[in-house]
Amino acid sequence: MFNRLQTHLATATNRRRLNLAVLVIPTTVWLFFFFVLPLLMVLLYSVLERGTYGGIDWQFTLSNYQRLFNPIYWSVLGRSLWLALFTTVACLLIGYPLAFFIASRPPQWRNTLLLLVIIPFWTNFLVRIYAWIIILRQEGVINVLLASLHLINQPLDLLFNSFAVTVGLVYGYLPFMILPLYATLERFDFSLLDAAQDLGANDLKTFGRIVLPLTLRGIVAGSLLVFIPAVGEFITPDILGGAKTLMMGNLVQNQFLGARHWPFGSVLSIVMIVIVLIPILIYFRVADEKLKAN
Amino acid sequence: MPTALTPQHRWDLAIRFLGRIGLWGITLAALLFLYLPIAILVIYSFNTSRLNAVWRGFTLDWYRSLFAGIGETGADVITGQIWDALFNSLWVGGMATVVATVFGTMVALALERFNFRQKTALEALLFLPIIIPDITMGISLLVFFSLVFQVIQTVTGVRLVLGLPTVIIGHIAFNISYVAVTVRSRIAELDPALEEAAQDLGANEWRTFYRVTLPLIFPGILSGALLAFTLSLDDFVITFFTAGVGSTTLPVFVYGMIKLSVTPAINAISTLMLMASFLIVLASLVLQRRSLRL
Repeated sequence: MFNRLQTHLATATNRRRLNLAVLVIPTTVWLFFFFVLPLLMVLLYSVLERGTYGGIDWQFTLSNYQRLFNPIYWSVLGRSLWLALFTTVACLLIGYPLAFFIASRPPQWRNTLLLLVIIPFWTNFLVRIYAWIIILRQEGVINVLLASLHLINQPLDLLFNSFAVTVGLVYGYLPFMILPLYATLERFDFSLLDAAQDLGANDLKTFGRIVLPLTLRGIVAGSLLVFIPAVGEFITPDILGGAKTLMMGNLVQNQFLGARHWPFGSVLSIVMIVIVLIPILIYFRVADEKLKAN
Repeated sequence: MPTALTPQHRWDLAIRFLGRIGLWGITLAALLFLYLPIAILVIYSFNTSRLNAVWRGFTLDWYRSLFAGIGETGADVITGQIWDALFNSLWVGGMATVVATVFGTMVALALERFNFRQKTALEALLFLPIIIPDITMGISLLVFFSLVFQVIQTVTGVRLVLGLPTVIIGHIAFNISYVAVTVRSRIAELDPALEEAAQDLGANEWRTFYRVTLPLIFPGILSGALLAFTLSLDDFVITFFTAGVGSTTLPVFVYGMIKLSVTPAINAISTLMLMASFLIVLASLVLQRRSLRL
């Protein structure tokens, strides 16, 4: 038998096939067992009954999905989408000028500036979100500052509400918007700006007619890169938010660790995956069609 | 140069002026926005005042309380726990990085150097861990392990629990994709002529790989490994759901501290973590500069 294996491997193609298999199998096996299978199990759990003590009953039911139609959950879903959308727009409004600024500097400056933007991104997310507690709370930096300037009599309620969560989200995701925008803006031919000016357009027109359309790719990429993870955010609303700012991530965590209703938590997770996959699939469809058109 | 300033021209100049101010203004404001929280976090870790944002004096007590449990400890910070959490973080990070780097590099090679039918499917599989929300991946692993442990217990009577191994498994699952992307981009930059030359000179595939390809893509592999290590050290959500009692990592520990009570001891440990992150970033930059010179 070993001889047969040796002769089989003698051909170059078969050796190549073996090499390929060796390279690919570990990852495929690992991801199948520890990524795909777990997700399939979540799918399975979503149609099972909740057990008496928080486990599961091996009975098929669609009641967990029916529970979704309760208005309470719609408000959480709506809030997640709205906060994610708002964060994306805010990041765009702040990030675009920043990316434009960096891209329009001389090359030596650009890398340093880019590094300045990336460095906070390399530090621990949890720690950075925690910093906002110190800033926003009643005895925090902002309130103490405003009080010492006699601008307020009572401390402002800046923490554990939607405001704090939004600030935290924008803070966390700004680099995700800046980097793709910069990547597109870096390739932008700035001499076009001079050409437009020579033809009589002012800056506003130039921006709207030339810069914006040519950098649309970066805008879309950055928006996806912010919106998609923002919808599934858990840490920021958990730490900076209050009882009234539940996002989907918190709901899932609550169902799994608090209420111990794993089937319903699974349903919510499936919903989150669907919400996340839809924009991505649309993006790939559109990108594919653009490729074919060219 | 126009000799008369028409109203239109004045309008255009005004727009340009406002645009310039806006660009510089937003850039500076954005950079301030990114760094102020970090600065505040660090500064107030030295503040004597426990609650207030008013500066009352410089002290290292908060740092001391982390390591010796003396003075005002932020109540429940037990020295041993921090060292355990730190060790766990490093151990999990180390193990996950090693495995993920090996697997990720292998897949990257497969995707860049081979053509096969299932290529798109594999790419999609690798893409998923990056876009699926952390919390979804976390709970799916929780479901997976709980089910698998139940089965194992029923069949063999052995009762397994969540612990460091389950955390490591989860970390490997998400790290592979990041390593693969990083290494892949490095491989794509290689000039295939180099490998072809080696083979023309008589080297077989493994020799070519070992002597030519591997040294050339090594900076990419190192980048990928560093990325994986950082992601592991920083990970909170996935670790949160796959860690058992006694297998806390540093971010999970800090989260516990935040939820328990907000004290400057958290600032202190956060500052230390930030410093560690900066050092790692610095190290990776130095390594990149060095490898470019070779």
